[in-house]
Amino acid sequence: MPFPKFLFQPKNELEQGGRSAAPVQSDEREPEKTCPNCHQAIPLSRLWASLNVCPCGYHFRMGVRARLRYLADKDSFSELFGDVVSGDPLGFPGYADKLETTRTSSREEEAVLCGTASILGQPCCLFLMEPYFMMGSMGTAVGERITRLFEYALERRLSVVGFTVSGGARMQEGLYSLMQMAKTSGAVKRHADAGLFYLTVLTDPTTGGVTASFAMEGDIILAEPGATVGFAGARVIEQTTRKALPKGFQTAEFLLEHGFVDAIVPRSEQRALIARLLRMHTWEGGKSV
Amino acid sequence: MSRSAYETVKLARSNRRPTGLDFIRGVFTDFFELHGDRRYGDDAAVAGGLAELEGRHVTVIAIEKGHNLRERMLRSFGAPQPEGYRKALRLMKQAEKFHRPVICLIDTSGAYCGIGAEERGQGQAIAENLMEMMTLQTPVISLLIGEGGSGGALALAAADRVWMLENAVYSVISPEGCASILWKDPKRASEAAEQLKLTARDALAGGMIERIIPEEGLGKAEFYESLRQAFSAELAELLALDTPALLEARYQRFRRIGKDRKA
Repeated sequence: MPFPKFLFQPKNELEQGGRSAAPVQSDEREPEKTCPNCHQAIPLSRLWASLNVCPCGYHFRMGVRARLRYLADKDSFSELFGDVVSGDPLGFPGYADKLETTRTSSREEEAVLCGTASILGQPCCLFLMEPYFMMGSMGTAVGERITRLFEYALERRLSVVGFTVSGGARMQEGLYSLMQMAKTSGAVKRHADAGLFYLTVLTDPTTGGVTASFAMEGDIILAEPGATVGFAGARVIEQTTRKALPKGFQTAEFLLEHGFVDAIVPRSEQRALIARLLRMHTWEGGKSV
Repeated sequence: MSRSAYETVKLARSNRRPTGLDFIRGVFTDFFELHGDRRYGDDAAVAGGLAELEGRHVTVIAIEKGHNLRERMLRSFGAPQPEGYRKALRLMKQAEKFHRPVICLIDTSGAYCGIGAEERGQGQAIAENLMEMMTLQTPVISLLIGEGGSGGALALAAADRVWMLENAVYSVISPEGCASILWKDPKRASEAAEQLKLTARDALAGGMIERIIPEEGLGKAEFYESLRQAFSAELAELLALDTPALLEARYQRFRRIGKDRKA
């Protein structure tokens, strides 16, 4: 059966990063990855040991399981709403097949992973979007999982920490996807109005309908170095306006300069900073948690 | 009613259709336009202000495409900049303060796509509108009069009631955009339009809108008269609700979409 064998071969960092006990290959033909920034080849084992960050500082994309491992305290994560998955509300051609192959290759059921966790002892609700699942596109399942997470957090008076990665709304689900922008925003607002804390970390890329909803609704918005963050796609803007885009357009640094993110935080510093910010909001407004 | 989805898209985009300001003039009386977002500028793609609807004061906000090329260029063909969304939000918060209901008239191919719009936070502006509209303490009715292009349209449609004209369209992406992303072929837009289920009937069937407004006599006095009565009757109903009930219903209106997905 050559086909299933092909399917179960690791194809991305998520799967590879998902094997913590994987032996480091010692022969000289160890697989390498070339950094798009400094053009140096980095052995994969070295890359994983440094949180998928090149020595030059370039942040490679990271799947949810690998992210969870550096972020959450050991064994503290408990997944929520894992049974919520997208159907195919429009019967869109090719979508059901695409979902199936994506599920197999990414080993995730949907483009966001939600749950509760503690980060250096600070309890919170956590959502992590998955770049290896249709580039984190938001369909009904993503919208529903995030909405449920905010409702869950509101009920238990927990802070929410969210890592965003998204190409935008999932067009194969049409208006059902679009409506998730309003739905998630409504849930974020209720959580916010109850005096609860929401922190977002924008990672590469965060665009479209996710930028125009819950990614930009955090009380504090952090971003990973070099992450592409914007609403419209750069290529579309270039084609529409026929103007050369300024250097560094739609990067995290560009957003910082224009006042849309609070800080740019390298991966190695995220855990300590998030824990610190969670601690600073534990007694928000004098309310007990 | 055998028009194809793409023919409806073309009709919705037609420059012979009445624009947002035509609707304001036709439906409302005593309109006084207010300008500016009080933050950066005044976006001509969004027109809004105070008006009267059968003796009731309302805030009305419209996305305006303009009629001729000069007007259309001035108004960015109805593609709002972040300032447009911020002006709309400013007027909505003002309406909330003075207990005025809000009526939004939507006609846009999408939020403005440009360098400046990104520099000034197009995504953030839309996100803020969505968040604030979900708890705005006054009734909001949104009517799609032509194109309902994605987040740029939704940013004025997080409302208690969303209606569409018979030949308006509401979509997550333009059929051309969808075809070029999925099939690398913008010429298959007609096929994409069919699959995207973007007509008023599709939106009604999916529970995204409450009502389809027939286009018989579109732009004529009788047409506006019946729309005026429809708005007026709906507002009376919404104003009869107390605020918590209104907001809970608005939350649930969006909450239920995509709630029951197969496990």
